[in-house]
Amino acid sequence: MTGWLEHLMIVPVALPLIVGAIMVALDEQRYRLKAAMGILSILVMLGTSITLAVQAHAGGAVSLGVYPLGNWPTAFGIVLMLDRLSALLLILSSVLGLAALLYALPRWQRMGAHFHALLQFQLMGLNGAFLTGDLFNLFVFFEVLLAASYGMALHGSGVARVKAGLHYISVNLAASLLFLIGVSMIYGVAGTLNMADLAARIPNMPAENRPLLEAGAAILGIAFLAKAAMWPLGFWLTPTYAAASPPSAAIFSMMSKVGVYAVMRLVLLLFGAESGASAGFGGTWLMVGGIATILFGAVTVLATQDLPRLAGASVFISSGTLLAAVGAGQVSVTGGALFYLTSSALAIGAFFLLIELIERGREVGADVLAVTLEAFGDGDEEEEEDEEIGAPIPATMAVLGACFLCCAILLAGLPPLSGFIAKFAMLSGILNPHGLGEGPALVAPSGWGLLIALILSGFATIVAMARAGIRNLWAIADRTVPRVGAVEIAPVLMLLFICIGMTVAAGPTMRYMQAAAVSLHTPQEYVRQVMEDGP
Amino acid sequence: MELALALAIGILGGSGVWLLMRPRTFQLIIGLSLLSYSVNLFIFSMGRFPIGSPPILEPGGAGDPANYADPLPQSLVLTAIVIGFATTALFLVVMMAARGLTGGDHVDGRPPR
Repeated sequence: MTGWLEHLMIVPVALPLIVGAIMVALDEQRYRLKAAMGILSILVMLGTSITLAVQAHAGGAVSLGVYPLGNWPTAFGIVLMLDRLSALLLILSSVLGLAALLYALPRWQRMGAHFHALLQFQLMGLNGAFLTGDLFNLFVFFEVLLAASYGMALHGSGVARVKAGLHYISVNLAASLLFLIGVSMIYGVAGTLNMADLAARIPNMPAENRPLLEAGAAILGIAFLAKAAMWPLGFWLTPTYAAASPPSAAIFSMMSKVGVYAVMRLVLLLFGAESGASAGFGGTWLMVGGIATILFGAVTVLATQDLPRLAGASVFISSGTLLAAVGAGQVSVTGGALFYLTSSALAIGAFFLLIELIERGREVGADVLAVTLEAFGDGDEEEEEDEEIGAPIPATMAVLGACFLCCAILLAGLPPLSGFIAKFAMLSGILNPHGLGEGPALVAPSGWGLLIALILSGFATIVAMARAGIRNLWAIADRTVPRVGAVEIAPVLMLLFICIGMTVAAGPTMRYMQAAAVSLHTPQEYVRQVMEDGP
Repeated sequence: MELALALAIGILGGSGVWLLMRPRTFQLIIGLSLLSYSVNLFIFSMGRFPIGSPPILEPGGAGDPANYADPLPQSLVLTAIVIGFATTALFLVVMMAARGLTGGDHVDGRPPR
């Protein structure tokens, strides 16, 4: 990378910070200006992320951008690092941010204070966590995104949100303390917090220091797994996500992926095949915990009655699948898992947005909305609703039904959409550990366990989604057709069309994911590039 | 000195964990504060314990690194304190909101019957 392109990596962190800070200073009445600023900022972020992804993909096997802030040598200074995986997640967070913002335009942006600023800070935290190259800045960016998410979770206020938010905040504060303990233990043993430097030091670490290092890594892992909602650390998730306003919930579908990202990055970097005596540390735990999470998610999906909780429960299945796939520690499985991560984050985001539109025709949803309207003194705008949602779309029920069907197929992993391709890629990786048609097909027992859990969870999702679809779209005789604005359905359609696009262009997409997985599984190359690319 | 610090971390941490398990929001926030104190001390102790050596270089050259304390854990603690302070304040606001909305200080809104 040369010239100004070199500085492109700081944009996804600096831009939302600046835009968000300006928004805080603006008056709450100027929401139209704020919305315009927000859309512009996210579009620039999206463009930057796509450029970065193209750059990362154009390079060699491990294509890495290193951005030393302050130009200190990489081992001592703060660095941002970009590879295919970070670039992919940057794109994903901008897309979901854009969807949440567009969806909030007609109504939700005025249901509470500082929606746009919080969204920008949330994106800053997400982008920073994907780009940072050392553990302590990972902590800082986690705190930024969590602090913003506390505000987002409470957006719209109301008893249910405040109650769920109280639990959510206390669990996450406790998890952050574990994060600090883990980070400081690792520092105490290894003397560095730079991820690449750590990966370089771990193979040569004396045996007497290893237990302390592994204990530190395990405590750190618990903090990440609490955020990724692994069973039994994820009971906070369903109530919080179900109570959150739809735009917040849509961006939260990305947030649980941050925990998965951190686990994926650190396990493969620090405890990969070359890390000496610590190789494969935590893999079994991730596999077992992941499978337990999938099964727990499957049971929860079947047990839930209302749609928001159903969406929350499908986050469990998604997280569990990803964690177990990381635990499998095979390149091909990781590649499939990255495809699955993208597809499921988009599908869950779309589903959270869709739910409110479907429930709008029912009285339950209307109640909640009325309460929040009253709390913020917007009650007298009731008669302007037509204007508020913009032009209503024709054939509302048909569009909503089609979107619901797409979400169901994506979440359950049925053909023909991208969820199926992702699951197929993972299962094929598990069944052919040495590559398709090569070597003996010796499948580990944990592989069979994951295979069974994946198929069972898909079946449970189909049953639950079919039941929910019948109940919410067909069975209500006296339902009023909800009025849905074009601006509100547009983000849902956008997310689903991206999934369809991933299905059509499955070949190039999967090549990108596999290349990302290969670079994750070759940590020594990563370390070499970070250490040499610095000043 | 080591014993005193270890005891301080242990007692603060233990009390914090116990308070976290209590059902009232006030106990919860005090528990979180105590825990964060113990974590801050813990981070500090991970930089080893050179007594009476500053983390600032003396004028006229760095000299022997053994004469200096490790500055990194100190800056980590500083960051952790600032972030902990902010999130505790934020939590306090949510607590007050919950108190106002539910009329009670139970973490679930009202005690289970």
